[in-house]
Amino acid sequence: MASKVIHALYTDDDVLMDAVKQVRAEHYHIEEVYTPFPVHGLDKAMGLAPTRLAITAFMYGCVGLTVAITMMNYIMIEDWPQNIGGKPSFSYIENMPAFVPIMFELTVFFAAHLMVITFYMRSKLWPFKEAENPDVRTTDDHFLMEVDASHHDVDTMTSFLSNTGAVEIKVIDKQEDNH
Amino acid sequence: MYTLSSKLRLFSIILVIIGALGLTYGFLSAPKTIEDVKEMAAHDAHGGGHGDAKATSGDHANESHVKEEAHGGDSHYEHTLHQLQNKPWAALYVAAFFFFMIALGVLAFYAIQFASQAGWSPVLFRVMEAITAYLVPGGIILFVILALSGFHVNHLFVWADETKVVGDKLLEGKASWLNGGWFIFRAAFFLGGWMLYRHFAVKYSRKQDEDTTGNKWYKKSFKIAAGFLVFFIYTESMASWDWIMSFDPHWFSTLFGWYVFASLFVSGITTIALITIYLKSKGYMDFVNDSHIHDLAKFMFGVSIFWTYLWFSQFMLIWYSNIPEEVTYFITRIEDYKLPFFGMVVMNFVFPLLVLMNSDYKRINWFVVMAGIIILCGHYVDIFNMVMPATVGESWFIGVTEISAVLLFLGLFLFIVFKALTKAPLLAKGNPYIEESKHFHY
Repeated sequence: MASKVIHALYTDDDVLMDAVKQVRAEHYHIEEVYTPFPVHGLDKAMGLAPTRLAITAFMYGCVGLTVAITMMNYIMIEDWPQNIGGKPSFSYIENMPAFVPIMFELTVFFAAHLMVITFYMRSKLWPFKEAENPDVRTTDDHFLMEVDASHHDVDTMTSFLSNTGAVEIKVIDKQEDNH
Repeated sequence: MYTLSSKLRLFSIILVIIGALGLTYGFLSAPKTIEDVKEMAAHDAHGGGHGDAKATSGDHANESHVKEEAHGGDSHYEHTLHQLQNKPWAALYVAAFFFFMIALGVLAFYAIQFASQAGWSPVLFRVMEAITAYLVPGGIILFVILALSGFHVNHLFVWADETKVVGDKLLEGKASWLNGGWFIFRAAFFLGGWMLYRHFAVKYSRKQDEDTTGNKWYKKSFKIAAGFLVFFIYTESMASWDWIMSFDPHWFSTLFGWYVFASLFVSGITTIALITIYLKSKGYMDFVNDSHIHDLAKFMFGVSIFWTYLWFSQFMLIWYSNIPEEVTYFITRIEDYKLPFFGMVVMNFVFPLLVLMNSDYKRINWFVVMAGIIILCGHYVDIFNMVMPATVGESWFIGVTEISAVLLFLGLFLFIVFKALTKAPLLAKGNPYIEESKHFHY
């Protein structure tokens, strides 16, 4: 089934923000907005659900902390105890201050790296992936709003969008599976 | 304009009176002679609950009795006598310093807002200015206590006692720095510099409200803020050596200034948040929104972590290297102050970490208030841990004297801060960033 979308291009993030609010007020469906840089507050204006990335970061941090404790306990206490600085390592808890930097570093390491990887997976990004930007200018100085036009009158929508400050409007027929 | 309600005025006056009475009791009930100490010890041995002098735990009591027998004779009693005579002075000192450092922390935070030209915070400027009003009376009181201690009216500083300095190589070596006259001159210089900045910063801020043409006064505020911050970071560091680290004059830590800074900074920011939330709940600061509280809570969270980082850096290196003259500092604290020493890490690190980590919780006012109260108590205990081991040793206790001293200064602090709030409109309307600040959202 072919669906019809309208690409409206803007040249200013403030104008774009106002446009997004107006389009949502008219109950048109915004498929996606492509911007050259993160626009503060755009996610809220578009009505996107808040990110759950922070929760995953907390869980990854807990995993990192556990890995650090298990690893240091095995290496320094169980497998090969050594007497460093007059502190025989026969007890994890008594030597704990020495392990705190490692516990901290691995917590941060796991949280940071796994969170980035999660973010890539969630955004469907991987090496050599073809860019999805419908217009290369959105990587430079233009903002593109993709609005669903399948069940609406295209002419009314076009004039409505140009009133919101769009500098260019294109109607696109796209196949459902073309990306 | 804010008006000081008669309820709050009465409340703070009552706090001052109760605190003064309790502290007087503390001074009067301190033992005068070795015989008094012996009598108190005998009371304790018979299980009599003698408020202040009572040991904190069963273990502790036993331990001190064992030591007593080992020592034999009067030398132990004399030692305890000096500790108990120091106790009300030390309690007074900790409380005076704690409330003074809140005002100082706020002053540094205020100067940073100007130097960084922050756009989110100008709606909070009048609260900050009011809190720094305590700098002057609080600083004068602290100065008097420092002068009394530096000239050996009490026995808080061991280096002030000439009989102790003679024959002690380290203390003799440090005597050119640590002596009454030079010590009190430095204190006057530090306090004078901070008060001077406070005076002009507030003056320029008020002038900017009246005359905004060309932001002339704002630019002056920016310049003195930048100058003050340079002055502050040197003098604050030196003041923390003088006023706190010199309680243990045989010991030193190179990051001590930063450590005290972290403590005073987080206490100051927490106080800004608490007073702002209080004023908002009374309907005075409608222009402060959730995002401002959120940002203050972020600072409370972040600086708490920073404090822990410094606390741990100081602890771990000394613990690991285990050099006798260094590690004795922590051995005293872990053996005699186990509960406050580790309790403060829970209050200042674990608690804010868990409570303030979630973004949404930073916007819930009662959550921020609860976390703030715990943080403030935790940093009182932090100062307590810095001062008490060298002044009262194992005779410490948080009892009538200590709590009274806190109440006395809390009452004074509340009275002066809220009185200062009535002096100017609560919105610094002339500030060039005031509109940005009003519309600040996260």
